[in-house]
Amino acid sequence: MTDFSDAFSLALALILGADADLVEIIALSLQVSLTAVALSALIGLPLGAIIAVARFPGRQLAAVSLNALMGLPPVVVGLMVYMAISRAGPFGWLGLLYTPMAMIIAQTILVTPIIAALTRQVVEDMHREYDEQFRSLCLPMPKVVGALIWDARYSLLTVTLAGFGRAIAEVGAVIIVGGNIDHLTRVMTTAIALETSKGDLALALALGLILLILALAVNAAVYGLRSSAKSLAYA
Amino acid sequence: MPDASSPLLPPPEASLLPLEVSSLCYRAEQQLLLDNLSVTIESKGITAILGPNGAGKSLFLRLIHGLLTPSSGHILWNGQDLDLATRQRQALVFQKPVLMRRSVAANIDFVLQSRGRQARQQRELILQRAGLARQGNQPARLLSGGEQQRLALARALATEPEVLLLDEPCASIDAGASLQIEQLLQQSREQGVKILLVTHDTGQARRLADDILFLHNGRLLEYSPAAEFFAGPSSEPARHYLEGRLVL
Repeated sequence: MTDFSDAFSLALALILGADADLVEIIALSLQVSLTAVALSALIGLPLGAIIAVARFPGRQLAAVSLNALMGLPPVVVGLMVYMAISRAGPFGWLGLLYTPMAMIIAQTILVTPIIAALTRQVVEDMHREYDEQFRSLCLPMPKVVGALIWDARYSLLTVTLAGFGRAIAEVGAVIIVGGNIDHLTRVMTTAIALETSKGDLALALALGLILLILALAVNAAVYGLRSSAKSLAYA
Repeated sequence: MPDASSPLLPPPEASLLPLEVSSLCYRAEQQLLLDNLSVTIESKGITAILGPNGAGKSLFLRLIHGLLTPSSGHILWNGQDLDLATRQRQALVFQKPVLMRRSVAANIDFVLQSRGRQARQQRELILQRAGLARQGNQPARLLSGGEQQRLALARALATEPEVLLLDEPCASIDAGASLQIEQLLQQSREQGVKILLVTHDTGQARRLADDILFLHNGRLLEYSPAAEFFAGPSSEPARHYLEGRLVL
């Protein structure tokens, strides 16, 4: 118990003192996860919306596949990306292994199906409401997809948040392709795993607290945004 | 996909009328909802479509606008099949207005942009005409029922349709709001827009309609000038309907 309270005090000291290592790890974590989520949103939002709106053979299969891919095990994704970008892999010549870019690629692969699958559900519900009106206006598909994504923007913000939650908390994939190299590819989750195994609970706990605070802050911001959108009947 | 500028299509100034419907049938789940309906509508002005619940009025509107595909029969607008170019010259206002999750002004802008126009001045004129100029920045879905229906009508008129189809636009709104809608419809008629109006309100049909289509159980029982219809309908269901009796 004393160990725990000591570790907790040390963790608070690290946070309040803006420890350089801590700040560096947090900054890299945010950089990697935010970039991965932005890329995933860029792919997943239109992909989900197109599957929701378009009628094509294999549409149901595409929807089921997306849902199944939401549960991709991070270590499997990490292994696949590792095999693709390791020296012997097809993309080995890019020299991406053990770089933040490799971690971004792995997280993008993990998060894109989540954003696409949830977007499909949100957009499909809204499309049911707008469909006749849009068909009456004779709108082309890109216009329909764009309008639905814009009108569902507040719900899709929550979807993107779910993707961010997955990315920032994920450890299996980034540790395989990033290697947890100090000052290069060490992010919050890999650092927590390493420090815990070393018995340095203070830094692990400090990072854990930051993770929790981050999750709380992002959730509160989205909740506030959605509440104001609801009061305007935009959500 | 048909192109509005195709030389095979009638020039844009050619009227969409007459509307020729022949042997139109629509089936859903083994039930015949529209039964061998044939009619030719040539008149300008407002055609009111009357009939009791389940007569097939809204269905007829959706079929002639191309939102549904007939089980059999033909629909010709000025001798042409219902193609994209023809549909773009029509607008439909639904009984329950489908407003986008945007401001009043943005709802109009969306339609103007979709037709390749983006003039703030035009939007202001449309809103002014609909009596919504002061509500431009308000969220569309927070308007009152009557205002929402006026916005839906204004949005339809923003497409500058030659044929305006309305599915009970005044259902569940108060008399004042109905009057504003009727004034907008009168103005549109004066500007040469052909209007097909589904309504349950015989008073509204008397005030607005030039001719009447009366449907019952998916069949067309009467198509006649409004004055003639209201003076003495030829079918028994129509007589009962006008007398306010239950029509089975």
